[in-house]
Amino acid sequence: MQLYQMTAHELHRLLVKKEVSAVEIAKSVYDRTDDLERKINAYITLTKEKAMRQAEAVDAKIAAGEAIAPLSGIPVAVKDNICTKDVRTTCASKILHNFVPPYNATVMEKLEANQAVLLGKTNMDEFAMGSSTENSAYFVTKNPWNIERVTGGSSGGSAAVIAAGEAVCSLGSDTGGSIRQPAALCGVVGMKPTYGAVSRYGLVAFASSLDQIGPFTRDVADCAIMLNAICGYDPKDSTSAKVGVPDYTSFLINDVKGLKIGVPKEYMAEGIEPEVRKAIEAAIEKFIELGAEVEETVLPHTDYALPTYYIIAPAEASSNLARYDGVRYGHRTEEPENIVDMFMRTRSEGFGEEVKRRIMLGTYALSAGYYDAYYLKALKVRTLIMQDLERAFAKYDVLLSPTTPSVAFKMGEKIDSPIQMYLSDICTLSANLAGIPAMSLPAGFVGNLPVGMQLMGKPFDEGMLLRFAYTFEQNTDFHKRLPLL
Amino acid sequence: MTRYEAVIGIEIHVELKTNTKIFCHSTTEFGGDPNTHVCPVCLGLPGVLPVLNKQVVEYAIKAGLALNCEIAEYSKFDRKNYYYPDLPKNYQISQYDLPICKNGYLEVETGQGKKRIGITRIHMEEDAGKLVHQGTITTSPYSLVDYNRTGVPLIEIVSEPDMRSAEEARAYAEKLRSVIQYAGVSDCRMEEGSLRCDVNVSVHPVGTGEFGTRTEIKNMNSFRSIQKAAEYEIERQIEVLENGGRIIQETRTWDENKGITVSMRTKEEAQDYRYFPDPDLVPLVIEREWVEAVRNSLPEMPEQRVARYIESGLSEYEANVLTASKEVSDYFDQCLKTYNNPKMVSNWIMGDLSRLLNSVNMEICDCRVKPAQLADMLKMIDSGTISGKIAKTVFEEMFNTGKDPETVVKEKGLVQISDESAIAAVVDEIIAANPKSVEDFRNGKDKAIGFLVGQIMKATKGKANPQLVNKLLKDKLS
Amino acid sequence: MITKADVEHVALLGRLYLSEEEKERYTDQLNAILEYAQMLQKLDTENVPPTAHALPMQNVFREDCAGDCLTNEEVLSNAPEREEEYFKVPKII
Repeated sequence: MQLYQMTAHELHRLLVKKEVSAVEIAKSVYDRTDDLERKINAYITLTKEKAMRQAEAVDAKIAAGEAIAPLSGIPVAVKDNICTKDVRTTCASKILHNFVPPYNATVMEKLEANQAVLLGKTNMDEFAMGSSTENSAYFVTKNPWNIERVTGGSSGGSAAVIAAGEAVCSLGSDTGGSIRQPAALCGVVGMKPTYGAVSRYGLVAFASSLDQIGPFTRDVADCAIMLNAICGYDPKDSTSAKVGVPDYTSFLINDVKGLKIGVPKEYMAEGIEPEVRKAIEAAIEKFIELGAEVEETVLPHTDYALPTYYIIAPAEASSNLARYDGVRYGHRTEEPENIVDMFMRTRSEGFGEEVKRRIMLGTYALSAGYYDAYYLKALKVRTLIMQDLERAFAKYDVLLSPTTPSVAFKMGEKIDSPIQMYLSDICTLSANLAGIPAMSLPAGFVGNLPVGMQLMGKPFDEGMLLRFAYTFEQNTDFHKRLPLL
Repeated sequence: MTRYEAVIGIEIHVELKTNTKIFCHSTTEFGGDPNTHVCPVCLGLPGVLPVLNKQVVEYAIKAGLALNCEIAEYSKFDRKNYYYPDLPKNYQISQYDLPICKNGYLEVETGQGKKRIGITRIHMEEDAGKLVHQGTITTSPYSLVDYNRTGVPLIEIVSEPDMRSAEEARAYAEKLRSVIQYAGVSDCRMEEGSLRCDVNVSVHPVGTGEFGTRTEIKNMNSFRSIQKAAEYEIERQIEVLENGGRIIQETRTWDENKGITVSMRTKEEAQDYRYFPDPDLVPLVIEREWVEAVRNSLPEMPEQRVARYIESGLSEYEANVLTASKEVSDYFDQCLKTYNNPKMVSNWIMGDLSRLLNSVNMEICDCRVKPAQLADMLKMIDSGTISGKIAKTVFEEMFNTGKDPETVVKEKGLVQISDESAIAAVVDEIIAANPKSVEDFRNGKDKAIGFLVGQIMKATKGKANPQLVNKLLKDKLS
Repeated sequence: MITKADVEHVALLGRLYLSEEEKERYTDQLNAILEYAQMLQKLDTENVPPTAHALPMQNVFREDCAGDCLTNEEVLSNAPEREEEYFKVPKII
């Protein structure tokens, strides 16, 4: 097995035993990246020099006999909407093609404190708006399992690097499924923590009330290790929760006997491809076999999640994206006639089609005369969706469903129909609207394409999700299969 | 001819005197090199988030209590969306439907006695930056932007349309400034922009119930110009109506030099601010205990000071004049600390000090004579070291130089002559030199004594103790 | 039903220039999306409170203590155009 194929906990063990160096690990991953990038196109920016310096620092620490953190020397890729001090952060948009933040996101401070090695910044749908990473202003990232297919999105780059061996762990962001959906389509583990569990400070905002940073990993144990590093209260984020952070690795328990799973029937309905449903039904059987209690349940307002999301998210986005105007940073149009002309031309040139579409939609939903009918209405339906979930969680420890209605689709297949594309997120949106934790893990294959299983949990009950996921993983080997590249 | 009635409402923005900005830790200090009081948050960089400064909420509550408002139990922040280069996020964090304070009032002295002006609401928001132009905003080929002021905390105090004259508008603005200063939440310096007034004016024929279309006037930099701008605007609107015209709802700017209001109409785009709750900030639930704690921390307000001054022997008029400005009132109280003669201190502040300040257009806080120095000088009068008349000369010198009264008296040789024999010699001299006046006095013309006293003071260059001069003169002539 | 005029108004509010072709396309697409969103109107939400924040939080404050500012160079480091210590923008009107 190559170093670039290993998990963080395996590499940590080798580092501590001095069997490999952090520099060797980084080199292995960069060599792999050099081999594959022309095919996969997952990185917008590589930070090799910085990474090598970080790796050397870890090796020096090990040589000095000092203890190292579980992520020390582990190569991590970061979605390009997370601000990295002195490293270009583009959001895969032309409008930020030259933006170099003078500050670090809180998660970057935390990764640096753990001495993780930053490999580079990964491709994504522009401003995290999309479900296929086809909306990047730079290039499309290919699915390592089949390069004619999409990675999912918006964190497609961060999912692809894990599947392809171009990183060991990575960070993405999830506003309506942007971690879980590409994790499912690329066959890796992805978690969207509870809203407020991870600081949003430094995450370029798409929809502030829904955005959350989370990890992509090769297995569930690495997911727990990443959560340990990035979770926690941050005084720079007003929506950061003042709750204690458990040791997430303590939930890596191979036992779900007597625990209760609810399977919402709306998530297994006709919108789900039969073969995906079959894979999930097999996963349910597995849990029953392992002693979990499984029941079908209902979330009656599920159908409303999509329209609710597509009002709230664009409304917040239309305001969040107002700051890209060519005055302080980013793209500015040439020779504008006056300030209004500058604003309009800068933004029209700088934003791609999907971003413009959502700015239009959100602006409309908030404009005079429509606020009550659209935005306020959506906030009320959001309440109903949350109440459905609260009722369900009164009975069940987790809710289980497919992560996506289909496996990875072909590039270009849905790009011309916004609603078709939006439907890729039907299983994932509710967790963002309700702020609850949810994760996707490999649960089967349709042909050579991975199927993801989604687990949703109670607020701040990431531990329960990890326990179910870990148990499933220990008793299956879907996560061990590698794409042929 | 139709008689018109004016209706005026005022919106006042006040910068709160916190150490840091409303949503980040950047300093609020006035001045500084351009773009140096800025951090990623107030620069609106991608990814940053606001965190509310607690002191801002406390000051807003304090202002609300000082203006007799109800303090909301539940309040929140909203985004007001509009594009302008001095606004880094292209939205302003403000409060829309749930402001922190509402339903207050302010009592104002008017020509017709006391009048209560309603205060609709007070809300918190962030200030914008500053645009610097060559020449004017319309002719400048480009603008420069300084974000030092972005994010400085403001409260906006919105009055009811309760004022009926330009004079009332001015009185309201002045009184409001004084109350806010007393509450200790802002310096309210108009020249530094920490107090800014927008005046809404409309007129309608007397007797018709409905208000006319209003215009909003901006850019007044003194209370005097508020009054003048409102006066001008009332006249202008009446004239438009009298000529069969129609008032257009618009924003107008006050041109101080020309003494007129000018339409700011640009390429008009219907304003649609698309307010919505800011998802980056969480709601405020204001506990009543907090409100009570703030109420207990409120300093002595003008009404309480007026009462205290009257109790100490001042007239109601004097008490009102002294408390009209907190700085003047503070100055007065400072003097009393070492010289407890309210009447005397009041006379000097309202007399010589205020005359000298006016002559150089200076505020009392910039005055070089400190309260303790004025108190020292008054003590010198009481002890007979200087006469009341000489004190005027001494005080003027103190005002110009900031020197202590003792120093001035010494340097100028102004010590009062209280030596009886020295004065007696001069008295004899003057009696001898003015037989006519002496004669007149003895024949019952009391006025003549004034002339003789004047002559003696002249001969002593004003330094003779006037009581002694009078006494000796009367003794010698009787 | 959104008209082309609505699209033009919204584009101005959002400071976007749209080509004729884009205006047509966005008119159709926004109509499709909003028509889909019409299903929300079926729900009776008369007595349902709106949820702006997924988690119930309130009164999050910071103390009034000053921290570091960026240097003028850092502030202007990404400026598309500057003059001395200022950001430079084209004429306002």
